Amino acid sequence: MSDPVIKACSHILVHVPDFVRYGSKPSREIENGGKPVSSAVEAHLRTFREAVEYPPNQVFIGNLHPDCLNGIEQPWRSHPVRGASRLGPYGEIMAEETFLALMKLADDFDLLWIDKDTAPALRDKLQDDPFWNDANLEKVDTGRDMVRILERIENERSLPLYQEGRIVGCFHRHHDQDDALKSSVLMENLMAKASGTLALKHVLKTADLQPEEIDLLLNCSEEAVGDRYNRGGGGLAKAVGEMCGCINATGCDIKAFCVGPLYALLHACGLVKSGVFKRIVVVGGGSLAKIGMKFRGHLAKDMPILEDVLGGIAFLVTVDDGKSPRVRLDGIGKHDIGSGSSQQNIMESLVLGPLDRMGKQVTDVDKYAVELQNPEITETAGSGNVPLANYRMIGALAVLRGEIGRAGIDRFVLDHGMPGFAPTQGHIPAAVPFLGHAIDGMKGDALQNTMFVARGSLFLGRMTQLSDGLSVFLEKNRGWADALP
Amino acid sequence: MLCPKKGKESAMFKGKKVIVFGERDGVPGPAIAACMKAAGAEVVMTATECFV
Repeated sequence: MSDPVIKACSHILVHVPDFVRYGSKPSREIENGGKPVSSAVEAHLRTFREAVEYPPNQVFIGNLHPDCLNGIEQPWRSHPVRGASRLGPYGEIMAEETFLALMKLADDFDLLWIDKDTAPALRDKLQDDPFWNDANLEKVDTGRDMVRILERIENERSLPLYQEGRIVGCFHRHHDQDDALKSSVLMENLMAKASGTLALKHVLKTADLQPEEIDLLLNCSEEAVGDRYNRGGGGLAKAVGEMCGCINATGCDIKAFCVGPLYALLHACGLVKSGVFKRIVVVGGGSLAKIGMKFRGHLAKDMPILEDVLGGIAFLVTVDDGKSPRVRLDGIGKHDIGSGSSQQNIMESLVLGPLDRMGKQVTDVDKYAVELQNPEITETAGSGNVPLANYRMIGALAVLRGEIGRAGIDRFVLDHGMPGFAPTQGHIPAAVPFLGHAIDGMKGDALQNTMFVARGSLFLGRMTQLSDGLSVFLEKNRGWADALP
Repeated sequence: MLCPKKGKESAMFKGKKVIVFGERDGVPGPAIAACMKAAGAEVVMTATECFV
């Protein structure tokens, strides 16, 4: 059997400015700094239109190619794509109001209360959306008295939910003493579920598949669903699948920090190739914790807080269809425990190892998709240009191998790399935001292949000093004849 | 990984205690620690952070 293919993918963003206060960094800073900090945050939030017209967000949903950013003067926030659509070929940018309604639709434990004066407008938002207009919208319309909402916020540690600075609801904890079920954690989990669901809906639509046709779902989000006895136990894959009607699928969660999507892809490919399953969706929802992570740097520059969007991705792995890009299973790059921790060791394991096995040179890869964090978010906060650093390292490997001269590194970066365009959402920017563009490029003639390289920060969990990484090589499908053994 | 202990480099940080902070997308902590040890330092703590 030939190698599996990635048949379709989706990339979605959700604009959540009123949740910036609940990102890990802003929430801690607001707790310590009080009203001056929260006021400064509120004064630096973007409108939905500004988020939609922001060039990197347009790249994310597929209306612009990443290379287009090379032609847009920085700062990109000062050069909006006027009149840009919130819809793109790979997904959409959803507004907060609609997402609040989607969160309520995803809420099976009445964790989220919406004010009864606000609820009907939220329901209407979903009613107008073809993805959701046949869902149980009564669930969204069940509003609560504001008096009771304020009482729960005051006395029960429920978190207030805002829209444009006004309280419109609250989010409850589900246990008195369980930190894994406190309101902030459950909110984070529910947002991952709702945004993952949106990504799954889009990939099913793009692939023209009925939800019943999916065999397995692998969730690669960065949340940790569970209670005090099994923190991080999982279950989000099936929760997302349930919302989309994938009644014939089972599922589980794959955890690997930012490398989660590529590990999930690797598992999916193995299971398809072995014949255990035919159609597997890898899905990842957004990370509330990382919203506003660099907000201090953005405030210091008096620029808008750009980390105001959740990201979501999904991709469908199937048996070879003769058309979609193939995942070369002889081209997997892994960072072994004994590989060493220097950048050179890591990149040699992830890039040179698989290329050597496939008999290819560094310059034979048309495009490398690396960690694709938007540099406008990170550089202004002193965290550097992550994709550029990775591309220069790969270029340096090409120099060491004598494939290009030292002076050719900048050209290599331009030709084989791309500017970062993804929000700093952990697993979301980890190479996979290029998937849609890569599939299109390989279905046409623009690309022959792409290598996806992602890195994981295992050391953040304080159980090892090791880091991690994985690379996956996709190749243009040349049709059925090529698929024969 | 360890640099060869030759010449002055092996004594550059002799008798010094060092705390190492590395970065995932820059130079990771263990790589810096290996160099510091080779330069004669006593590494008392190593941590790597991810800033994205």
